[in-house]
Amino acid sequence: MRVVIAEDLFLLRDGLTRLLRAHGVKVTAAVDNGPDLLAAVAADRPDIAIVDVRLPPTFTDEGLRAALKARRETPRLPVLVLSQYVEPLYARELLADSTGGIGYLLKDRVLRSAPFIDALRRVADGGTAMDPEVITRLLTHNSSNTALAALSPREREVLALMAEGRSNTAIAQHMVITERAVAKHTTSIFHKLDLQPSDDNNRRVLAVLAYLNH
Amino acid sequence: MTGRATIPATAVPQRKRRPWTSWISDGLVACARGLVFCGLTLAGAAALLGPAALALAALGLLHLGDAGSVTPPAPGTRGQHDVLWLGLAVLLVPCSVAGLRWVTGKTGTSAGVVPLVPPALALVAVLINHGTITGGRTYLCLALAGLMIPCGVLATRWLAGQTRRLAGPWCGVPIAVPYRPAPGERTSLWRWIGWLPADPATWRDLMWTAVNATGGCLLVAALAELGDKLLHASTGWIGLAAVPGLALTALGLWAGPRLLPAYGRFARSMLGPNMQAELALRVHHLAQTRSATLDAGAAQMRRIERDLHDGAQARLVAMGMTLDAAEELVETSPQAARALLAEARDSSIKALAELRDLVRGIHPPMLADRGLVDAVHGLALDLPLRIHLAAELPGRPPAPVESAAYFAVSELLANVSKHAHADTVWIDIGHTAQTLRISITDNGSGGADPAHGTGLRGLEQRLAAFDGILALSSPPGGPTMVNLEIPCALSSPKTSSC
Repeated sequence: MRVVIAEDLFLLRDGLTRLLRAHGVKVTAAVDNGPDLLAAVAADRPDIAIVDVRLPPTFTDEGLRAALKARRETPRLPVLVLSQYVEPLYARELLADSTGGIGYLLKDRVLRSAPFIDALRRVADGGTAMDPEVITRLLTHNSSNTALAALSPREREVLALMAEGRSNTAIAQHMVITERAVAKHTTSIFHKLDLQPSDDNNRRVLAVLAYLNH
Repeated sequence: MTGRATIPATAVPQRKRRPWTSWISDGLVACARGLVFCGLTLAGAAALLGPAALALAALGLLHLGDAGSVTPPAPGTRGQHDVLWLGLAVLLVPCSVAGLRWVTGKTGTSAGVVPLVPPALALVAVLINHGTITGGRTYLCLALAGLMIPCGVLATRWLAGQTRRLAGPWCGVPIAVPYRPAPGERTSLWRWIGWLPADPATWRDLMWTAVNATGGCLLVAALAELGDKLLHASTGWIGLAAVPGLALTALGLWAGPRLLPAYGRFARSMLGPNMQAELALRVHHLAQTRSATLDAGAAQMRRIERDLHDGAQARLVAMGMTLDAAEELVETSPQAARALLAEARDSSIKALAELRDLVRGIHPPMLADRGLVDAVHGLALDLPLRIHLAAELPGRPPAPVESAAYFAVSELLANVSKHAHADTVWIDIGHTAQTLRISITDNGSGGADPAHGTGLRGLEQRLAAFDGILALSSPPGGPTMVNLEIPCALSSPKTSSC
């Protein structure tokens, strides 16, 4: 897997590069600003771009805008956005084109390398990786939703994991239940939320996220 | 603008069709209002003249009416007078207390009429007895007159306040209140006693009352004289009086609506705040908001320091210790070292989470990134409420205003989700006439009261530092509507570099 990194802090850029190399991921370019990211994406055609939200010169949402622009210039380019904080609003903007290949994670998640690399691969394959904090906040926002209130605690857990972008297999492993049980839960969730069931894992995730992020 | 343009267009034809009856009713209303002002004027005269008349009568300088024909007081009247003095003295105490309670804002507006009672009674007593009333108790009467002066001052203050209050709706001339704020609860008695005389507005009230009462009394006397003349002239034929009488009435009906605004302007020139008073009020406001701002800033610093000390700092120390222990164990017991390393990592994740929360409380990243509207939008996404956000800000307010507005909205929304039992909130953000305006309406149960709890008060204080205001309307049963207004200019919209 070939990766382009855009991160302005040298320590983090370096650490991330080393972490990825240790997991057999090739870092083709590590830049520290938006325009360089666009140039590197155009030149290297990476499998995925890892972008920090805050980049110079404004240190606001420069990275987010650069990532969205990169996706416009290179359609379906998988992008994993990292940030010191997550905002459901930014998640909504990233998911707006609903084509998948989007990740939005707290920088803390890098500290647990195995799940992080897992999420990276998932996004590179066109999947989704939403930070659990985004999902928690979206669920809080929707807590007065009667359809969601009708879910059982177990189903809510499955919903949260599904919204993060995990496959049935990953959910089953995480909850220590069988995959059949997960499938039963997801069917029930889709029925209760009145969503169109889909066999495609990613389309299913996007539907759930769109539902929560209305 | 369009609203202004259409109003005269529809109003002009209406004015042409105005029936003559409305002309008369307007005149009658104006005359009635004029009579109320006359009443206030005469009451003011009583408040001033009461103590003065009593003092003069005590000194034997007052000989009213046909003093010669008054029979000298019979032996029994001295006792009657003593009862009168005793009654007045006893009455003075509760009336003064009621007046003080009113002036310090502890009772309603109508309680201010109470201090008027002793001076008015004294004046009536003196007038009825043609100035010979003391019954030999000169010093007692002088003392009573002296003690009555504070009552008179309080009464003039109340009457001036009523004139100010009525001048807006009745004369179309709103008059601002020029008084210096009352000293706080825990100030010394001397400051309390010095407060009223030290306020120039008190003296201007007295001057107004004197001028107004003199003018009013002269006017009433002139009218009475005129009426008397007319009656005398027409003793032969009553119809002769009717013609000038009718003419006078018509003149009154015509002049009433025109004289009221003039009276209002006259009142404003004496009762409104002069430049000095306005500056004094402004200085007081600035001093108060400055100290509140400094307090809030210091409190926030302390909170941040405590949060860092108890949170991230402590976790980093623990992390260092855990790593140290792991280093010791890595040779002998790699398994235990691995567990410690995992613990250190968890510790760092928790420290990061705490720092994130802290930053959110100091300056939310969303506000820094995107400005007020998106930050409020982000806030809305975090709450279990359906939120309709209508916002139009062509630029960004200055950073301190933006931050104050954001935290105000954040606090208000938190209140809504905690107390209002609402499920939907409408937020309107706009900028008109150099003022940032935010209105927040919910469909909850209403009944929010700023007097209960310090939340809204604190919010009001923080906005006051920007000359901002907070208006709350929350009838029981709802809906609750909060309006925030902060005067500020907008910077040009940020240009994107990507």
